Amino acid sequence: MKKEMTYLESVHRDGRIWGFTLLVLIILFPTALCLIFGVLPKWDALLKALLAVLPMYWAVGIVEIFTYVPMLGAGGAYLSFVTGNISNLKLPVAVDAMEKADVKASSEEGEIISTVSIAVSSIVTTFIIIVGVILLITVEPIGAFLSSPVLEPAFAQILPALFGGLAVVFISKNVKLSIAPIILMLSLFIFVPALNEGTVGIMVPVGVLFTVGVARIMYKRGWI
Amino acid sequence: MTFSVNSPVIFLMVGIIILAVLGQSFYFLFRALKRAKEKGMDSAQLKKTITASAIFTVAPAVAILVGVVTLSKSLGVALPWLRLSVIGSLSYETIAAERAVSELGQGLEKQISDPSAFVTVAWVMTLGILVGLILTPVLTKKIQGGMNKIGMKDKKWAETFNNAMFLGMISAFLGFVFSNVSRLWDAGARIITEKILQQDGSYIVETATVSATSGLIPVCVMAVSAVIMAICGIFAKTLKQHWMNDYALPISLIGGMASAIPITNWLS
Repeated sequence: MKKEMTYLESVHRDGRIWGFTLLVLIILFPTALCLIFGVLPKWDALLKALLAVLPMYWAVGIVEIFTYVPMLGAGGAYLSFVTGNISNLKLPVAVDAMEKADVKASSEEGEIISTVSIAVSSIVTTFIIIVGVILLITVEPIGAFLSSPVLEPAFAQILPALFGGLAVVFISKNVKLSIAPIILMLSLFIFVPALNEGTVGIMVPVGVLFTVGVARIMYKRGWI
Repeated sequence: MTFSVNSPVIFLMVGIIILAVLGQSFYFLFRALKRAKEKGMDSAQLKKTITASAIFTVAPAVAILVGVVTLSKSLGVALPWLRLSVIGSLSYETIAAERAVSELGQGLEKQISDPSAFVTVAWVMTLGILVGLILTPVLTKKIQGGMNKIGMKDKKWAETFNNAMFLGMISAFLGFVFSNVSRLWDAGARIITEKILQQDGSYIVETATVSATSGLIPVCVMAVSAVIMAICGIFAKTLKQHWMNDYALPISLIGGMASAIPITNWLS
């Protein structure tokens, strides 16, 4: 008799099926554009633009998978890497939900809470953008208001506004453990000019590995 | 077919993909909720997770919508809509589009009228995000399997590991918040070079000097958000208002974002 699948195994199976199906759909989109309008891309410009953006984005993309999968859980990861906007939305939403529910990312409860929060967040985002897009087409001043210079600083500072609150939650619960990584990251970002918004993705795994290492030492010595 | 960046056929294709992505989210949501029920998880907790996640999402989603607005000037509404609600990231899509458009000798302010230029941008944006889409189905199971092997039998260590992982991630973003503080003492860091596109497709490099204190803007915004979070926490604890905890993150997020407007005016 066939062994019954666990919930996690079925999440992996379904995640792969959905993932590959959506991959095909997404590649079909620019292909269909070429066919419908009977044009080919401008190869020269395509190549130059790809050379400029691919190395960095592919590197960050690969690093992100290894860093975020353990934090998001399987279901959350399958959803997040399709819907995107991970560090500015999906990751904080899942981390906050698991913290409130008092569950760990590696447990099945954590897996469920993370999946629910990321799925809800993706659905709400999609609806807000659909409503927004319809409003943009029908009521022009809304687009003008949202992209007005007055509001611009608020949207530009979304990451600091997000991580300020999140940091308080985690640091207050792990004061001793947070000292070393914060000192390391602050000095790196302040004194190494190459570290900025574009490279923060690379620094996340550095921070994670360092903190886990420090935690292991402190744990072995009974400091935490 | 005659081309326009807002051609109905583009909207139709974008609509189909977005529906498929929504389908995936609903599918996993129902699967997770069903499993939670089987396991007898607290349904009040699940309801809280759903409402808190939905409320928290509003402000970042509006920020993403602003990204659609910005890009729609040159690319029409449909393509940015697809890119930012599917596999997009606000910072990536804008940069990828900018790169592609500037290689075509055009700025993001002018609407693209050449279909060939439009498909070029679409390909750059698609190929850029492809790596995550290909590797997630391939690697997720392996990474999770590996995680479960490394010392997760020790319950207490597993919990410490979990906290360390999140703290490491948060510390990297905290570091990023301070990345321009060096403008305070380093005059060189205050000079920002920008490529400005010309009508004929060439671009000139322009430098602008920002104020020494501009690097403190994200730091102050983060501090405001942190203080609001702390107040929410104290309020919830002392007055026994536990609902406050559930909405503390969206409150601190919106408070921080709102404070960015006067703080930016003051420090830049």
